[in-house]
This record gives sequence, structure tokens and C-alpha cells, in this order.
Amino acid sequence: MSANTQAFTGGFSDPVFQSQSVFRMLMDGMARPGSIRSIEHDAGQPDPLGAAAGAIALTLCDHDTPAWLSAGFAKSAVGEWIGFHSGATITREKAEARFAFVEAGVTPSSFGLFSLGSQEYPDRSTTLVIEVAGLGEGQSFTLSGPGILQFKTVEIAGLPEAFLRLWADNRPLFPRGVDVILTAGRSFLCLPRTTKIVA
Amino acid sequence: MSADLATYNFAYLDEQTKRMIRRAILKAISIPGYQVPFASREMPMPYGWGTGGVQVTASIIGPEDVLKVIDQGADDTTNAVSIRAFFQKVANVAVTTHTKDATIIQTRHRIPEQKLGENQVLVYQVPIPEPLRFLEPRETETRKMHALEEYGLMHVKLYEDIAINGRISKTYAYPVKVDGRYVMDPSPTPKFDNPKMHMSDALQLFGAGREKRIYAVPPHTEVVSLDFEDYPFEIQTFEQDCALCGAHGVYLDEVVLDDKGGRMFVCSDTDHCEDRREHGHVGAMLAPNQEAAE
Amino acid sequence: MYVAVKGGEAAISNAHRLLADRRRGDRSLPSVTIDQIAEQLGLAVDRVMAEASLYDRSLAALAVRQSRGDLIEAIFLLRAYRTTLPRFGNSVPLDTAEMQVERRVSATYKDLPGGQLLGPTFDYTHRLLDPSLLSDEAVEEPARREAGGEEIMRVSDILAHEGLIEADGELPQDHQAGDLTREPMEFPMGRDLRLQALARGDEGFLLALGYSTQRGYGRNHPFVGEIRIGEVEVEMEIPELGFAVSLGHIRVTECHMVNQFKGSSKAPPQFTRGYGLVFGQSERKAMSMSLVDRALRAEELGEDVTAPAQDEEFVISHSDNVQATGFVEHLKLPHYVDFQAELAMVRKMRADIEAARTADRGETVMKDAAE
Repeated sequence: MSANTQAFTGGFSDPVFQSQSVFRMLMDGMARPGSIRSIEHDAGQPDPLGAAAGAIALTLCDHDTPAWLSAGFAKSAVGEWIGFHSGATITREKAEARFAFVEAGVTPSSFGLFSLGSQEYPDRSTTLVIEVAGLGEGQSFTLSGPGILQFKTVEIAGLPEAFLRLWADNRPLFPRGVDVILTAGRSFLCLPRTTKIVA
Repeated sequence: MSADLATYNFAYLDEQTKRMIRRAILKAISIPGYQVPFASREMPMPYGWGTGGVQVTASIIGPEDVLKVIDQGADDTTNAVSIRAFFQKVANVAVTTHTKDATIIQTRHRIPEQKLGENQVLVYQVPIPEPLRFLEPRETETRKMHALEEYGLMHVKLYEDIAINGRISKTYAYPVKVDGRYVMDPSPTPKFDNPKMHMSDALQLFGAGREKRIYAVPPHTEVVSLDFEDYPFEIQTFEQDCALCGAHGVYLDEVVLDDKGGRMFVCSDTDHCEDRREHGHVGAMLAPNQEAAE
Repeated sequence: MYVAVKGGEAAISNAHRLLADRRRGDRSLPSVTIDQIAEQLGLAVDRVMAEASLYDRSLAALAVRQSRGDLIEAIFLLRAYRTTLPRFGNSVPLDTAEMQVERRVSATYKDLPGGQLLGPTFDYTHRLLDPSLLSDEAVEEPARREAGGEEIMRVSDILAHEGLIEADGELPQDHQAGDLTREPMEFPMGRDLRLQALARGDEGFLLALGYSTQRGYGRNHPFVGEIRIGEVEVEMEIPELGFAVSLGHIRVTECHMVNQFKGSSKAPPQFTRGYGLVFGQSERKAMSMSLVDRALRAEELGEDVTAPAQDEEFVISHSDNVQATGFVEHLKLPHYVDFQAELAMVRKMRADIEAARTADRGETVMKDAAE
């Protein structure tokens, strides 16, 4: 299938209820950081976008939310697919992006180039959707913070090494900062800016 | 003019509006207690009557949800009835009056007596979301105060209250600090309910339609009522028990019985009261009747 | 014995049934039709369209009927409908110079190209109740004149020609007009959003604020440069076609207020402007709007902000009558849980004071006894 055809195929078959279902998992996930959820409905996203990342894009993006794509996504049909199905424009400016989609194995050199929000409007910050090799497998991490009763242990495979350092730099900016959703195929977990992570 | 004026989407709001509100909800959860501005829509009910809560509920609700709506703790107050009927009509959703069966509880002025669980979301209707509003009417100023974590004015106000009244006389909409950072208005719930917000198992969402703000308290999050070492926060206590179910340590409504000072106290949470009575608990008013029947 | 109140649902349904009965009134009288309202109560319909921000005479007339003539309720009905409508795009800015003018008056010139046209105005009617309207007497056809070819140029263009009035103001090329029904409000706001808020703001509130500027609360020496009422074409750019197509005509009222000049060492003195534009025929609203618009430009024009009408956050936060009526009227919803909290507190404080007094008296008695 050519990149172009890929861009126009897929999408939710029942957008009202499927996006509601994905959103509820996202909301519960953001409220309970580190808990792993799995999407039920494939949105027919083009490679190399994962199923969860694709469903999240269709659930949250529209013409009010410019999206940024990492290099591997940017040269695939992913941008056109998100644009066609959600109406979101793809931006090359990280600071403009409300959502950023990052392919597996890539870590942004810094979160600081994305929008961190302002002290007055900390909500105007980028949400990064980062693909990793696996969730519920691999290295153990201990999470704490709002939404977590004391501590939560979670396994993540293929979390880029620099991630913990970037995250540690993000936390003290509070209330500013980015929020992250880690995806692996159909699964995802949320890391709001309030979550502390220890390896 | 078309006879069929409009067909409404599931849960009334169009999908673009839901997405906008959903994004605001996610940011609200990630910044506990911070008021996220959102482009509140005109709803088919008046501003000040729960349009914020209704928009939040409409954006999160799905076909598998079971909805409970309360006003003043009761399922049968007219505005609660009206909002519940609205969702039955536009979302064809299952409704309940039983706190334990609900997945979404929309409320005005109360938090249910029964401890909420992990699988529940409490949606508050909020009239004035800004806890600093009555100290400083300007949004431009209060926004700065939150940005700088400059809450001195609030403490001065509470202390003045002590100087004049010998105590903090604020009885409802009592300000709280969320996760050690944002001072937040818990909506006009009596301060009796404040401790229930602290480390709750349930997600708490707040919608203010007219003021166009959404905020949230994630589960297991610190919610501390503002106070002073020498004047610690304390909640209301009632000398009486509920006259119907005998409950103690719950919030009670005073019911005037006659024009000669006759009054009784009954549970404000009607479901809690009914549930207790079903389980055989009897209050002072019902007990003598029972004896008579024996 | 006390039984908890039940039956809210039945009460609501019966209340609405009674409302429908009262709306219909005496069944022996014919029911008023939507067309009759649109034709014969046209100014009520205009106000509803203006403050609901939806130009549809039939729906506005339906709202007036449904609301039993309560115009704020009618505005609310139409707004709640408007919010569900899909948006296809923005129209091209209206060109009011091209207006099919029915009324046009200027207070700044005795005569001017296009002339002064009184149009269908209440001005100079003697406010005497007219018994002929008690019955259905025939009404004369209006006198019409041949449409003259003369262009009815805008007074602001006449002044601008000489450089006597400030320019309309330039917006950046990529500026997208804001829409406060789609974006959360933020202060300070741009003039585009402010004008949108004023255009849908409550006529009475704006009238009172405009009046207050006349009485010295933020005085800015206004002259009515021009008021014009008539039909203008609404066009929309279709990207696929590459040109604008006509969507139809709407009637609007426009007011240009010409205000106090200002100048500086760099710029020679110039008049400033206040602007009002309202759906339908409503001079009172358009004039009030232009006074308040000018007052709200105080900061931009380097004037002291001292009066309520100059205070953007105050004016814009309180100009919307649907918000205002909802919030004021929400006070009738039950608040007994909070009131109970207050009751208990007041009783406790009174008891404390009483106890302190008793203790005082006790001490006095003891003292007396000891002496």
C-alpha cells in the first residue's frame, strides 16, 4: 500500500464510542499513573505508529492541536494519516505542538524545547506520546506521586536511558512541564508531570 | 424553518467539544488543583445550574456507565432530577440512586457519606471556582497569585476572621491546598465533607461552566484544609442522630416541623439513610412506632 | 410523621404542563403565529437574534413565542440551539459602505453625500398611545423614493479622507478573528473579541454603561458620526473556488461614534472612534456599544482607567445576560446544606456570647457577696 493510500484508510469505525472508550482509559490512566491499559479498537494506523498511539491521536487531536512527529514518523504516512483523520496540522516547531509522537528507540534530546506551559497557564504544555518496546515487561521502576497510593512498581522495556534524566529535570518545573504517555503496541501508561520515577 | 430543528450527538455535546473538554480534563489531572480554562459551551440549562458539571459528565460518560446525580446530598431534589433526566434522554445511560452502584456521580454541595471506590468518578458542579475571588475580584490578579503561589492574602483573611469571631467562621466552600501546591475551592460543600477529599480512592473532577474552568484532584492525593496551628481545622458535629436511621457522624438537614420551634434532623445523604433503614437501623422518630406495632 | 420529599419528577412535569397552559392563555383567542411575531414584533425578534448571535428570524420568533415574550429567556433558547450548529468557516468582513441603506443619520454634518434618511424610526413620534392600534385599521403603504445612484459614503470615510480620524487599525496578516464562544476568555483581550462580547451583550447593561460615560464616569466627548441601518451582503470565501460566494443578506445597525481627539508631539491631533454593529434594527444597542467600545479603549489611548465602563474585565465579565440571569437565578436552587452549616455556626457563636455574659454576671454576684 502506498504511503498515500495508507493515510486515507483506517480511522475509528465508531468514532463516538471508540474515542469515549479510549479517553476513559486515558483519564483513568492519567489519574493512576503507571497503570497499564490496553485499547480495544484498532484505528488502522499506518506503520510505524503503534495501535495505542494511533487511537490516542484520533481521540485527542483535532484542528486546534498541532502535532509534532519524530523523524521516523515524519517520513512515513503517519503525519498525513493523523492530519486526514483528526484535522490536526503537523508542525515542525516543538514549542507549538500540543501533542508530540515519538517512535520507539528515540529520545528527544530535551523536553525543554516542547511547550512547558507558563507559570500562569501551565496547562498549555505538550503531551508526549512515546513508543517503547514493552510495558509490563523489562526493567522495574518505582513510581510515586498523586494518583498513587504510596508506591507503584511498573516494568518498562526499552525506556530510553536519557528518559529518567529528562524526567528528573521536568519534575522541579512544576506546575510547568510536559506530560508523557508511554505506548507499546496496544498498551499504554500515563506519566503526568507530578509522578516521581526511581529506577 | 425545519420542523426537526436539531438532532443531538450522544451525550448532547458534539465530538469536537468533547475532545476540547477531554484535553482540559487530562491537563487538570496532571496539575492537581489548578483551574484549566476551557471553552465552555452554552448548555440547554442555565448557567449556575450545573452546566460545568454537565459538560464534564457528558465528555466522560459512555454506554457502560451508571450515573447518579445528587443535589444537597439528595437524588430527588428538582435540579438533580432534571440533570439525571437530561442524561437519560441524550445518552440513554443507566441511572441509579445507590452510591455504591454508580460509576459517575455528579454532585452539587455534598460528597456522599459512603466512601467512594477506585472505579468511581465524582463530578462537582462549581459556581465560583476561584478560591481567591472574594478577596480579589480580578482574574488577572488571582491568576498571578496562583502562579507565584502567593496565598498570604487567604491566610490574612482567615486570621481576620479569627480576630473578629474568635474562630474561622467559614462553614462551606472552605479552601483546601492540593498536593502542597494549589489552593482550591472545593465548591460549596460544607466543610464537613472536606476530609473526604483527602486521599480519596476516587477521581474528583470539578466543572465550572459559566466561569469556564475545569480542575481535578487525582485519587490518593493530599487535600488539606487551610488552618493555623492554634486554630486547627475542624468539621461540624451534630448533637443529634438522624431521626430516621439513627446515623451518627453524618451530615444532617434540619427539618422544621411546625411553627412552634419543632424540628428534627435527618440525613442529608438520602441514599445513605435509605440504605441504613433497609439494613434495619432505626432512628428516634421511627423507633416508637415500631414498639407500638409489636 | 415526617416523610422525605419525593416526586420531584412528577412536580417538574406538572410545572411544565402548567407553563404550556399559561403560554397558550385563553383558548378562545387565536394562537399567535411565528410569522405574526416575526412581522409585527420585529424589534423583539431583532434583539433576540443580536444577543443570541444567530441570524434567523423564524427561529428567533419561535423563541419569543416559546418564552412567552421573556426576551432573555428567548435569547437563551436561541443560544442553546446555536451552540449545537456546525461551523463551516468565517465570512468575509461585511462591507457596510455597500449597504442598502434604509436609515442613515449623522449628527456631525448638516448634509452630506447620500443625505440624511430618517427611515422607520420612533424619533419624533409623539409618545401618545394610539387608539387606532386597538383595532385592525388599514395601514397606508409607505412612501418610497426612486433609488438614487448616489453612493451613501460613510462619515468615517469622509473624515479619514482628510486624515482627521484615526485609521481603523491594522491587524497582522495572519490574524484570525477570535471567537469567545469557542475559546476560553482571557484578559486583557483583543478588540475583536471585545466587540464580539459587546455585540452579544445585554442591551440594558450596555445602555446603562454608555449612559454612565455621558454623566462623567469615563467621559470621552462623543459625536454620532453616523448611524446606518439596512441590508448588507454576507459572503464567504470558498478555498476550493478561490473566490467569495454570497450567502444572502442580513439587516444590521451600525454606529460610528466620533470621539475626543488626541495628539502628541509626534502625531497631529485626530479624532478617535468607538464602533457598534448589531444584527437587526437596534440603534440604542449600537450606540451604547460604540460608547462602551470607545470607553474600553482608554488604556490603548493612554487615558486613565477610572470608571466602570473603562474596566474591561468588569464590563466583559458582566455583559452577558444569559450568564447573568443563570447565576442570579441559581440562588433559588436549594442551598439548605450550606445554610445548615451557617445556622449551626451562628447558633454556636450566640451560645458562646451568652455563656460569656452569664459567666460575667456570675462573677459580679460573687463579688457582691464577698463584699
